[in-house]
Amino acid sequence: MGTYIAKRLLWLPIILLIVSFITFALGRFGPGDPVEVLMGQYADEKVVERIREQRGFNDPIFIQYGRYLSNVVRGDFGESFKYRGRTVSELLKKKMWVSAQLNFAALFLSVSIGIPLGLFAALRQGTFWDTGTVAMTLLGQSIPVFLTAPVVLLVFALKLDILPTHGWGGFFDTRIILPAVVMGVPGIAIITRLTRASTLEVIGQDYIRTARAKGLSEFVVQRRHVLRNAMIPVITMLGFSLAGIAFTSFIVERFFGIPGIGNLFIESIFSRDFPIINAVIIIGTTMFVIANLLVDMLYPWLDPRIRLGGEYAS
Amino acid sequence: MLLNEVEQPGLGERDQVSRSYWAISFHRLLRKKIGVACLSIIVVMYGAGILAPVVTPYDYNDQNLSIAKQGPSITHPFGTDRLGRDQMTRIIYGLRTTVIITIVTLVTGSLAIGITMGLLAGYFGKYIDTLIMRVGEVTSAFPEIFLVLIIISTVKAPVTKWVREIEDVVNFDIVSLGVVDYLVLSMALTIFSWFGMARLVRGQVLQVRENQYVEAARSIGATTPRILFRHVLPNVMGPVIVTVSAGLAAVAGSEILLSFLGIGIQPPTPSLGLMIFENGSISVLRSNPHLLLFPVLTLSVLLFTFNLLGDAVNDAFNPRAR
Repeated sequence: MGTYIAKRLLWLPIILLIVSFITFALGRFGPGDPVEVLMGQYADEKVVERIREQRGFNDPIFIQYGRYLSNVVRGDFGESFKYRGRTVSELLKKKMWVSAQLNFAALFLSVSIGIPLGLFAALRQGTFWDTGTVAMTLLGQSIPVFLTAPVVLLVFALKLDILPTHGWGGFFDTRIILPAVVMGVPGIAIITRLTRASTLEVIGQDYIRTARAKGLSEFVVQRRHVLRNAMIPVITMLGFSLAGIAFTSFIVERFFGIPGIGNLFIESIFSRDFPIINAVIIIGTTMFVIANLLVDMLYPWLDPRIRLGGEYAS
Repeated sequence: MLLNEVEQPGLGERDQVSRSYWAISFHRLLRKKIGVACLSIIVVMYGAGILAPVVTPYDYNDQNLSIAKQGPSITHPFGTDRLGRDQMTRIIYGLRTTVIITIVTLVTGSLAIGITMGLLAGYFGKYIDTLIMRVGEVTSAFPEIFLVLIIISTVKAPVTKWVREIEDVVNFDIVSLGVVDYLVLSMALTIFSWFGMARLVRGQVLQVRENQYVEAARSIGATTPRILFRHVLPNVMGPVIVTVSAGLAAVAGSEILLSFLGIGIQPPTPSLGLMIFENGSISVLRSNPHLLLFPVLTLSVLLFTFNLLGDAVNDAFNPRAR
């Protein structure tokens, strides 16, 4: 277990090196000279050349990259091209906090509704409730955020006029409700389906019958024996769904006008603001890899039969 | 009777057997009502997309400002957009974009690169296996959407320049067809879509490789490519089909998201994502909801049928699900 985690952690810097170098190189060789972006179209050429020299853009790319890396390791992502005089870290901190709150709200919704609903459906297998739940989840999983966002806006904001549609006011503001629900719907559907499927598999096991036979209360059986074993595939899915959440947050932030990281990233791509792009990619990759690692580390805790690192880790 | 059948195990009969697997699976798919319904919807949508210039009554760039922002009517079933262009025509052309991107990405990414890499890794093992699997693991460790965005936005300009140079030589306007957008988008999606297929094929090959018929083929001197493509590949095709049909929705969704963010397909080439972006605001919803709802509904039907088809194909083709 220890060596497995160490091995996985050793991969992290390698992956980060590759990713950051690719983005760095794309930024240097792609269209849009960073200094011209900085100075605007009508800058004096001498000034441009002086700034290039000052900022070290004339050095070979590996030296530039090395310098950038050593700054990043010290937590300095440089200065934004577009928002002059503001450091990337300062910009990102604010935006990431917004996105993190929104994502957490969506994740909280999907877990707190999805798991009980899946359990509910599985324990009533074959009844009307079960079929209904499955049909709803199939729908919820397949309907893209592109549809739910405008429909929710149309119904709740324009027709009923009960919830605000635009902007951001923090975690305890009514403006978080609609985007969180829209982002949560696919998550709820996936988690419900998975919980139902894995619960059905667990319910048929001998140890559940044993647990019932030895007179444990139904509550204890369901909570400690069924749910805990049924959680393994669900937890795997949570790891994967992080990528999905990044995916939907781009759309939701646009529709609901939320000043989050998705909007900042798109804006930076259009304005070729590479310090921000690089920083977002490096931080995003780190979080993605660590989240997957955490998911892997949860398995042995949930199911002691699973030993990490024994097999080919995929 | 029985003896006769056993005594003639010619090549023709093996072909028949392998064909009948497809026939059985396909037949099983057709027996399901959902499968048939999904297949027909997708055939209609893909057909309309491919035949877009023939099917549509207008051109996607026909502007007529005097009829701008009209609701649905007989002459314009889905209404007109803010420049008076026929919505239905634009949606069908948008479907064409989706068709091209899904087919190109799946054929190059999953089918060509993924299967070849999987076959190589699984059949040869050793350092080839390690190399391919490590490269794949690294690509799958990235949050792909960020990298796809950045790759497309930086690579497109040089590629466009390069295609313009070709244009000067062949004297034919390629860029305005939107080919560059299609190419760059498919390439970027391919980088991240091949590995799932490669891993699947590799796992299957590891099982199939140990079978006696592979050993027999090797013993009579069949070349490695022949063994791979004639003996190993047909036996791993079932899961491959399942994966491809499950991947359709993901690829289509990626294209639409990228175009929605303004990085994928560029106007005037129509794309569903672009239409959703142009009309995706509260003010449009308030005044002309049809501008947003028709593209969004088309997209939803498409993705919904893709998902259902994926499930149906899984039931029909997956040997383990029988």
